[in-house]
Amino acid sequence: MNKEYLRDEMLRMSGVNPKKCMKCGKCSATCPAYDEMEYHPHQFVSMVEKGDIEPLMKSESLYRCLTCFACVDRCPRGVEPAKLIEAVRLSVIRQQGANRLKADDVPAKLDDDMPQQAIVSAFRKYSK
Amino acid sequence: MKFSYFPGCTLKNKAKDLDIYARRSAEVLGITLEEIENWQCCGGVFSTAKDEVATKLSSVRALKEAKSKDQPLVSVCSACHNVIKQTNHAIQTDKEFADKVNRYMAEEPYNGETQVYHYLEMLRDVAGFDAVKAKVVNPLKGKKIAAYYGCLLLRPNSVMKMDDPENPKIMEDLIKAMGADAVVYANRNECCGGYVSFESPELAKKKSLAVVENAKAAGAEMIITACPLCKYNLIKNGADIPVVYFTELLAEALGVKEDTNE
Ligand code: SF4
Ligand code: SF4
Repeated sequence: MNKEYLRDEMLRMSGVNPKKCMKCGKCSATCPAYDEMEYHPHQFVSMVEKGDIEPLMKSESLYRCLTCFACVDRCPRGVEPAKLIEAVRLSVIRQQGANRLKADDVPAKLDDDMPQQAIVSAFRKYSK
Repeated sequence: MKFSYFPGCTLKNKAKDLDIYARRSAEVLGITLEEIENWQCCGGVFSTAKDEVATKLSSVRALKEAKSKDQPLVSVCSACHNVIKQTNHAIQTDKEFADKVNRYMAEEPYNGETQVYHYLEMLRDVAGFDAVKAKVVNPLKGKKIAAYYGCLLLRPNSVMKMDDPENPKIMEDLIKAMGADAVVYANRNECCGGYVSFESPELAKKKSLAVVENAKAAGAEMIITACPLCKYNLIKNGADIPVVYFTELLAEALGVKEDTNE
């Protein structure tokens, strides 16, 4: 897909301006999912800015972000990296047949104590 | 004072305790919780994408219902509160989003008029912790209790505005009002892993255990939370001290914990 088109889409969906980033790395330093990510929050910011979105769309990192908003609150420049991760993730799972979590997968993951909140949240993040 | 109350899906099921003790304690404090009629699940997490509209409508309908009664809206679950408050904020600050939302609203439009409270804020700002303290009949003397905030109550701070997101004290103040000792520890505002227990149970385990270990190292004998998913993650991943809802402890302190089988 056209790089510029993809970049503009991500910026439109997220409302983020990656040019504000001063590359300090604090977002990634504070990210609780850092160890499990191939691309870290600061890389989402710089790669979206360059239009390198296709590698992000293919990355498992999309499903490791916890939406904890630590990177949002702790970025000294108000860049809000999590909003870019959300935009890239949505642009993947909005495609036909691209749901990460399918209803049929759910029963195997349930246990007696699991709150409904876990299931609805997982569906919000992993399925359309 | 009367509030429109949004319980949420989990409080009607796996987290009944969070709901029942909240209702009972409110009664003692002279606050009336009127459950919103026909409320629908908030969805658990707020999407920050500006073009996600349909998934936010259940929150908008609840907010609109509260507005029609001229009441503030309150919820106890951290996730419901986070989603509803962020949705309200999006309507107040993003005209295009508000316009899209209102195409789904019959009759009157909704423009973010309702005031949104978390139950803890209601205790602090409406009842007042001094009034809570005055109503305590079973002071939890000598108990060392760690408040676990997680992420949803505090962040994003520009919207949630509950407390200092890096050094909160609202739950510690409640613990003190109940007569117990508040244990302060570094991980109290770090994530437990949340819904990632679906994708990567190992990641959730690491994050949850870090919270428990850190609280214990600071001397905690018990952890309190407002979030069913935090509670689940901490217990499932091996917490060896009790993890309970803050409302349960509040009901105990206020002397209304008995008689839970409604
Ligand atoms: S919101 Fe996602 S990317 Fe940002 S700190 Fe939390 S887990 Fe990391
Ligand atoms: S914390 Fe903010 S300014 Fe620093 S690298 Fe991350 S996005 Fe850029």
